[in-house]
Amino acid sequence: MSETAPARGFYTEEDMTISVGPQHPSTHGVLRFVVKTDGEVISEAIPDVGYLHRSIEKIGEKVTYHGYVPYTDRADYLAAMFANQAFCMAAEKLAGTDVTRRGEFCRVIACELNRIASHLISVGTFGQDIGAMTPFVHALRERETINNLMEEICGARLTYNYIRIGGVGYDILPETCAKIGEFLNHFEPIVDEFNRLLSGNKIFIERLAGVAVVSKEDAFSYNLVGPNLRGSGVKWDIRRDIPYSVYPELEFDVPVGMAQVGALGDSYDRYWVRIREMQESCKILRQCLQMMPKGPAISKVPKKFRPPAGEYYARVEAPRGDMGFYVVSDGSEYPYRVRIRTGSYTAMSIIDKISKGIMLADLIALIGSLDVDAPEIDR
Amino acid sequence: MDAQEIYASLDKLFPGKVSDLKAEVFEPYLNVDKDAIVEICRFLRSAPGFKFEVLSDLTALDWPKEEKIQVVYHLFSYAHNHQIVLKVDLARDNPKVATVENVWKVANWFEREVYDLFGVIFEGHSDLRRIMLPEDWVGFPLRKDYVEQEEYDGISTQRAPLVEKLLR
Repeated sequence: MSETAPARGFYTEEDMTISVGPQHPSTHGVLRFVVKTDGEVISEAIPDVGYLHRSIEKIGEKVTYHGYVPYTDRADYLAAMFANQAFCMAAEKLAGTDVTRRGEFCRVIACELNRIASHLISVGTFGQDIGAMTPFVHALRERETINNLMEEICGARLTYNYIRIGGVGYDILPETCAKIGEFLNHFEPIVDEFNRLLSGNKIFIERLAGVAVVSKEDAFSYNLVGPNLRGSGVKWDIRRDIPYSVYPELEFDVPVGMAQVGALGDSYDRYWVRIREMQESCKILRQCLQMMPKGPAISKVPKKFRPPAGEYYARVEAPRGDMGFYVVSDGSEYPYRVRIRTGSYTAMSIIDKISKGIMLADLIALIGSLDVDAPEIDR
Repeated sequence: MDAQEIYASLDKLFPGKVSDLKAEVFEPYLNVDKDAIVEICRFLRSAPGFKFEVLSDLTALDWPKEEKIQVVYHLFSYAHNHQIVLKVDLARDNPKVATVENVWKVANWFEREVYDLFGVIFEGHSDLRRIMLPEDWVGFPLRKDYVEQEEYDGISTQRAPLVEKLLR
């Protein structure tokens, strides 16, 4: 260090403060980081959220149970099916409503298709964020087919309002089932193509291996869920461990991070878990198409839906992990309180800790690998 | 471990601090004295046999008739695959409770949200700011008696129904 003060603007040792977002392409929606850096090394990245707060929880207190289902779609537009299901599960449990068996299978088929679509967006944009432009187009092409299938199933491409209290809105027709089968035949080799294109790419691996490692202890303490938790080596999946719907009858693996290129719990592990989950979803879909029984898709549910007073916290395994709907009823037509707990919210809270000491470019890899989704954070 | 056993051991270790076990509901819950919440959480997190490694959810319920705000803690254990719900009653006019941020790090953000939307003060919290709403927002929206301010920063928060607008 020199004795004299450096020329103004040159070689000062002060930290730089940079605002990343709210319109930065890597933030996938609207969220912002106030980043303090020393050169290119981050000393602090403070997340600033709330740009997309739409008070979905407050709306829940003002509409009826049936009327609230379309609102739940908006909690996470990439995986609307899961929010539908979690809310309906909570309402059904409170009122003691049964779901028809065919309804359960329709739910699982719709959910697993939605999971593939959501993971495709996640891995596609992840590649794009760190400079691989082509895989994004491949991923979106496949997602387009799923959107078409969804349109055939329920008439909507993003905000489905498909799963209703007691079952599903529309039965899945045999023609659609055949199309889903065709899609699976087409899609399973695509995953390998995707691996050749992106997962095995040397530059991609070097950008991710050993970057932003989340230990198991941190994953617990910050309550990471879903692929982010499994990326840290915890074999835990709600579909397997707190079974709901017809998942106990289906066979599938729970992929976990294996540290094949870097350290356990690094960005690559989280990415790789998602790729393998898409393959598992294909397996589940094939079994469902075979096992689906005939029968009604929805049970008889009264129009005036009044569950007795009580409370229930329903969990489902959404693409971004444990999605919880805590519904409190006071016996009236309107929920007393609806609380939505999402995976992105807790994933967002860990960024402050993990980003200390990493490069600014790796922050983008961290955000992408956690697969945070702005509307799901803010609700 | 089921809720009965958890309640029995807590009652033995922290006499008078836990009460009102509701075991016959879907998800058993018990009331915890607000002064003992940190102690009890720390114990539940690390004691063998309990091992509630994660705080699944932390939220609040507003009960204006009973003049109280309830803070609800959903605890979960991966090791034993069991869960318990803790509730803390706070006075509605001055809701204050100690933070559990030092037990589970995720509580930092959960508590900020509860502060933002319910106005519960978490004492000892390292960064208690609003998280969803702007810093200068007035009121706590998830309280039952919340009345929305008519405008924020010169922008009206009300909107005329679309039909009226078209007819005008």
